[in-house]
Amino acid sequence: MNTYKKFIHIITSIILALAISACSKKSDPAPSFDESKLAHFSIEFDNIVGERTLVLDNVNNLYTNAKGEKFSISTLQYFISNVKLSTSTGETYTVNQDSSYFLIKGADRSTRFTKMRVPEGDYSKLTFTIGVDSLRSTMDISKRTGVLDPASGHAGMYWGWNSGYIFFKLEGNSPSISDDVNGDPTGNKKFRYHIGGFGGYSSPTINNVKTVTIDLTTAGVAKVRSDRQSNVHLFVDIMKVFNGSKAFSIAEHPSVMFSQFSTNVAQNLTEMFRHDHTEN
Amino acid sequence: MNRKHLSVLFFMAVFVIACKKGSPIINEIEKFVGFQKPANFPEPVYNFANNPITKDGVVLGRTLFYDGRLSRDNTISCGSCHIQSSAFTQHGHDVSHGIDDRLGIRNSPPIMNLAWNKAFMWGGGIYDLDLQPFAPITAHEEMDESVENVMVKLRQTPKYADLFKKAFGSPDITTARFMKALSQFMLMCVSSNSKYDKVMRKENGASFTTDEMEGYAVFKNKCGTCHTESLFTDGSFRNNGLGISTLNDKGLFDATLIETDKYKFKVPSLRNLKYTAPYMHDGRFLSLNGVLEHYNSEVITTQNLDPLLNGNRKGIALSATEKVKITAFLNTLNDEEFIKNPLLAEQ
Repeated sequence: MNTYKKFIHIITSIILALAISACSKKSDPAPSFDESKLAHFSIEFDNIVGERTLVLDNVNNLYTNAKGEKFSISTLQYFISNVKLSTSTGETYTVNQDSSYFLIKGADRSTRFTKMRVPEGDYSKLTFTIGVDSLRSTMDISKRTGVLDPASGHAGMYWGWNSGYIFFKLEGNSPSISDDVNGDPTGNKKFRYHIGGFGGYSSPTINNVKTVTIDLTTAGVAKVRSDRQSNVHLFVDIMKVFNGSKAFSIAEHPSVMFSQFSTNVAQNLTEMFRHDHTEN
Repeated sequence: MNRKHLSVLFFMAVFVIACKKGSPIINEIEKFVGFQKPANFPEPVYNFANNPITKDGVVLGRTLFYDGRLSRDNTISCGSCHIQSSAFTQHGHDVSHGIDDRLGIRNSPPIMNLAWNKAFMWGGGIYDLDLQPFAPITAHEEMDESVENVMVKLRQTPKYADLFKKAFGSPDITTARFMKALSQFMLMCVSSNSKYDKVMRKENGASFTTDEMEGYAVFKNKCGTCHTESLFTDGSFRNNGLGISTLNDKGLFDATLIETDKYKFKVPSLRNLKYTAPYMHDGRFLSLNGVLEHYNSEVITTQNLDPLLNGNRKGIALSATEKVKITAFLNTLNDEEFIKNPLLAEQ
């Protein structure tokens, strides 16, 4: 009797153990949402141009936009900030603001990974800002360190004369640009898109701070666990700058900086991001 | 034993005397009282909580203010276009004269009473004193340098490690510390000891002459709405009917893109006019008489002309006598102590 009971007990335990391990392998249930227990997570901003990869200074192999204009890219830089994640069950997590500012540089591939720490969980939605929010844009200078230091090694992402960050910078050349005052009078056929504007200090000015939300359910939810690195791989299609819903011609607008027209370009920027897959 | 004791005492005495003689710095520290709001001034708007003024902070800021390393070829310092004897303007230049003899488009404004400024530059765009130096340092026609490279140059200059350590506790040279030190110095550039101030504060029985008194009355009636006491500016941006310049400088509009901001420029203070000619954002008037005559008869209607200048009679009617009296009053706003204050001078 005693032996039999023991036997049953052992068998039950084995079956239970097997069942549990089979279960966890198959469905990998989301761990309980614990904001004090953070794990590694990253979003990869993989810059592409239409059907091609981004190659800087591609003067011998130009890209072509929807208006048929050929162009090369010499500079690409943009700020990503204020990352927020949501699970399908409605929990949301906002990455600590002080570690939520990233500068993606076309010339430095290591900058394409924005690394952060978030609670373990299965995330189905991702939200981030293109640019620098108004709160941080007006914060005391001592809070602007790292990529936000207006003087740090990425000079040119800050407007000194009109205090504020340049959110997105794209420069290059296009043979479509004229050599007169409507194009580039230096004859270099250069285009410059410096998009910024956080809404103004004292009076409401243009606001090009844009929020992008990406649904991760189709191409793969991010399963963040402490024992691995979940990476959401986004394609960032720079061609959309020209071909987005507010499509424009490089020849007609070779230089867009702090102007009303910049709001069109900013709208196009929100259309650049596409979730390709997630590495869990 | 006794002799030894005596000689030790003697040496100690010499040491103490030497110390006392060689320490004007100690006296200076005793004199340093930090930032003080003049009794007849409103509350300042600068956020001192984020940047407490210290003696060492001001010394560092002053050293930076007068250091040509802030410019590309180390020739132009802040003090080049903001000269103390000209009440921190570039007297005699209609527009600022910067690196490589390049000319700017606006008249160099005074570094004065900035703790009460909500907006900087003739055309706005900057609303925090700690962020202002980015503009002149990086401007092509002013200092034409990157702040990043200024940091590099400062780190290579041995004296700065010590100056930053004294001011901020460690020798680290950062953008924020650099900006805050410059702010500390500029905030100390307070002009509040003109005859007007002494009359207002009833110091040493100071009083206006008859002309000054009558000029003060005309001033309050005809100028005081925009040039509000005691700073003699309300800090607003207005189109004062100058007529559009050949470069079509649109003023505040460039920073805001708001149509109603077109051709508006910051209302300047009227303090220290004796030292700061020429006048207006582009330095077009060489004398006070020219300015007064502009308001009397030369106001031009352009987009957003200030309503105060656009009544039944355009401009502000000023008789010859009134002009003489206003001028007498304006002369009471000159502050010689300010332009001669050794604490604000290049050392």
